[in-house]
Amino acid sequence: MLAWTIYLSFAGAALLMLLPERDARLARMLALATALAGAICALGGMIQQGASSEIVTIARHPWIPSLGIEYHLAADGISLVMVLLTGIAAIVGILFSWNIEHRAREFFALYLALIGGVYGVFLSFDLFLLFVFYEIAIIPKYFLIAIWGSTNREYGAMKLALYSFVGSALVLIGLIAAYVVAGATSFDLLTLAKFSFPENFQYWAFPLIFIGFAILAGLWPFHTWAPTGHVAAPTGASMLLAGVVMKLGAYGALRVAMTLFPQGLLAWQNELALLATVGIVYGALVALTQKDFKFVIGYSSVSHMGFVMLGLLTLNEIGISGAVLQMFSHGIIAGLLFGVVGRMVYDRTYTRDLTALEGMGLLKAIPFAGVVFALASMASMGLPGFSGFVAELQVIIGAWQAFPTLAVFAGLGILIGVVYTLRALQKSFFGETTEVALTTHAKPLEPITVPERFGAVILIAITLVIGLYPRLLLDYIVPSFDSPLFEALRKGELL
Amino acid sequence: MNYAELFRLLIPETIVVLTALAVLFYDVVWMRDAERSERLAGVVGIGCVGCLAPIFLMVLVPVDGSLTNCMLVMDSTARLVKISILLLTFFTLLASADLRFTRHIGEYFALILLTTVGLMLMASSEELLMMFVSLELASLSLYTLTAFNKSNPRSAEAALKYFLFGGMSAAFLLFGLSLIYGLAGSTNLRHIATALAGKGIDPLLLIAMVMVVIGFGFKVAAVPFHLWAPDTYQGAPTQSAALIASGSKVAGFFLFAKVMMFGLAGAEGSAGWHNFTSGWLPLLATVAVFSMLLGNFAALAQTSVKRLLAYSAIAHAGYALLGIMAHNQHGLASVIYYAITYGFAVIGAFSVVSIVEDQMGGDKLEHFSGLSRRSPVLALSLLVFVLSLAGIPPLAGFFGKFYVFTAAVAAEPKSLGLLWIVILAIATSAVSLYYYLQILKRAYVTEPSTAIPPVPVLWIRKVAVVLLAIIVLLLGCLPDFLLQHIAAAFPQFGQW
Repeated sequence: MLAWTIYLSFAGAALLMLLPERDARLARMLALATALAGAICALGGMIQQGASSEIVTIARHPWIPSLGIEYHLAADGISLVMVLLTGIAAIVGILFSWNIEHRAREFFALYLALIGGVYGVFLSFDLFLLFVFYEIAIIPKYFLIAIWGSTNREYGAMKLALYSFVGSALVLIGLIAAYVVAGATSFDLLTLAKFSFPENFQYWAFPLIFIGFAILAGLWPFHTWAPTGHVAAPTGASMLLAGVVMKLGAYGALRVAMTLFPQGLLAWQNELALLATVGIVYGALVALTQKDFKFVIGYSSVSHMGFVMLGLLTLNEIGISGAVLQMFSHGIIAGLLFGVVGRMVYDRTYTRDLTALEGMGLLKAIPFAGVVFALASMASMGLPGFSGFVAELQVIIGAWQAFPTLAVFAGLGILIGVVYTLRALQKSFFGETTEVALTTHAKPLEPITVPERFGAVILIAITLVIGLYPRLLLDYIVPSFDSPLFEALRKGELL
Repeated sequence: MNYAELFRLLIPETIVVLTALAVLFYDVVWMRDAERSERLAGVVGIGCVGCLAPIFLMVLVPVDGSLTNCMLVMDSTARLVKISILLLTFFTLLASADLRFTRHIGEYFALILLTTVGLMLMASSEELLMMFVSLELASLSLYTLTAFNKSNPRSAEAALKYFLFGGMSAAFLLFGLSLIYGLAGSTNLRHIATALAGKGIDPLLLIAMVMVVIGFGFKVAAVPFHLWAPDTYQGAPTQSAALIASGSKVAGFFLFAKVMMFGLAGAEGSAGWHNFTSGWLPLLATVAVFSMLLGNFAALAQTSVKRLLAYSAIAHAGYALLGIMAHNQHGLASVIYYAITYGFAVIGAFSVVSIVEDQMGGDKLEHFSGLSRRSPVLALSLLVFVLSLAGIPPLAGFFGKFYVFTAAVAAEPKSLGLLWIVILAIATSAVSLYYYLQILKRAYVTEPSTAIPPVPVLWIRKVAVVLLAIIVLLLGCLPDFLLQHIAAAFPQFGQW
């Protein structure tokens, strides 16, 4: 059932290309139907598989036998959570792209192709296959930004594509080397995870693969593609970028680099954790100074993804499960924030300059957007009751056990997060309405549409549910660490 | 010598030669005064049948054998390479279906078919003399094809450059081959390997190897023997350039790999990091490194798409050399897979370029502006070809690169000696995405600049482009389809 998430997305993309070009409405409906079907498959697969430590194989066929490459789809609890996130993000992203009229058919086809690639990465247990899906996701991103984007779109798109490609080049070098060292017989993740690589090999192969993936997760100092890319992207695409694509990087780092090379991980743990913490604080500080509304959110993504990386590197169960929960939580919250900024505000006011927005009195003009953004800000700040709270708390507890000094700095990052979020909230929606603005804005802003309301309500509901009852997901995440995949980590008493 | 046996092995080539003569005869004798489109239709029709018939023959009635001192070898791999060459010629013919620049239609198509015969013979010879003669047959026809656009001075310049460099490198190659013959006392590749075994690296052998690398380096356009490529690709009629870039490369790489891996087996030396010992590996390593660097970086600055493809071809030659450097079963298989899939992608790209050229009047990047709005199918096919060249999965180019790189690393699994050059290759191929995206950006992102309506082109050319795109996609999704034909052919190499 889970495999259908992939096939449906690609089939939807192919079908869209056959549609008549002018009919934007049909394209939207078809895309939404595909995304819904995908999400239902994801949810159904999740319930069907249930929470256990097992890695359930979905499909396994020889693909390129002479190199030992298999078409191997499988899922454990972590994959399930990420697949669910992808399903939700796909639906909401389409709801927030409802106003795309220009070349709508191509937009939604690329969108679904990207989604298909993302589902594929989360479900692959053969490293070659995982890499194939990982690269499939690069090209649609480029076109989504370059064609439908706004500020500096061609620059942002190219930067994002090249960063992703360089990251995947690092990963490819590491994968080929690991394959050959392990005897050149299989790319199967489980087989490779059982193989004990020589220590000096792990010492250089681990950072190669880890950083290769972490580039996409926005690890400082390789994060610079993220703010420019997010800002340049159209709303639906930036929701996907921040919501799921950045998670591909974190997922790859956990799934591949950390499970294959436990000794390399141990050797580099402190250095990488330091980078993650710098990212948390740096992202927050830069967000504090931004004039562009979307850049604030872009840098806040860097900061929040720093928590994911820090959580992964704590190497204790509470930290890593917190990191996975944070991936989910940030996917939902960042999607919501980008939805408000890009769709609800920018598509109506045609400005993202905080000073200009300050005088517009947006709360009165579009009150729904104001309420949503206030809730999203609370979630983003990590207020109790929202999913971000549980996730970041877990990460900080985990970090406290592993590296107490860094935990303090991460906590500082949360505090700065409160400041920049409140600043953005204040300037955007709760500014004093000046008279100039009232006169120039003779025409009232277009009211918030139904798809936008739906999208926003879905995301807020999910972040609240997970915030109030995190066990819904933690019950899936935590048992996965008992699977044979994490055996090497457990053996070294790292987990 | 048994003539019946000889004929049995040579039927495919014979058919192509007869087709070339038939094309010439048909056009010159019967159709001299007919309408241009009728002449073209007849010639292309005959040519296509002449290409497809040997393919069917080889698929349905496979004949294996080896004749007269390995002058003519037919096995499943040679057959696969020949089928690919014939298919590439087939698509070259379709791309030329409304040829505009010359009156000499029959001659043009006959030369294409004669080139194909030369390339096919290259694929099945394992003997120095036969190799050289078939190489020259192909080269001489290609020089003429390059010069065929008499109204364009660039075409003449391109041909002259190609011919002068080609003649020079043929001389080097012949000198190298004669030295090898002198050292080994045989012209048969396998006998050469046995005769040279255990003798160490004679200085004379080293000179011979340098000469051979020069000769083939020219053929596959590797640095520093690449100078002809950008001018030839840009100046030659696009259809001729397509054949130079595809079929000629496939045969060239196959032959190059056979000479190095079979004939000079034992004289490899080593190209490990900090561990160079003399032999042909360090030679190839040097050539490959400079090809990848120069090809990829020079391509960044190009505005003519044909010239860009020429520099990208130089870079691709560098990647493919890594497969030869692996010198084992997987190395050979990876080179063949790489060359064939590269051939299909590049002939597809050239077909699209030729259509755009005919429609818009040029091959500059700006002529591709708004291609996706004008012709979505053409733009989508171009996307497939260009991304395959860039090595994006699930297209054929990705697995080609992956296989070559893996084979090179796995050649020395203990020390990972060739990993350094693979790292360089992967790094430069990350650079290459930039210029490939420049083409696609024009086609998809930029809006069409002028309202000049495009000149219509013959439908069959578009059909050919779509077929090629499907081939590139399928070979990428199911690489095993080719691999299973290659793997069994060389039992003397063990598994890795």
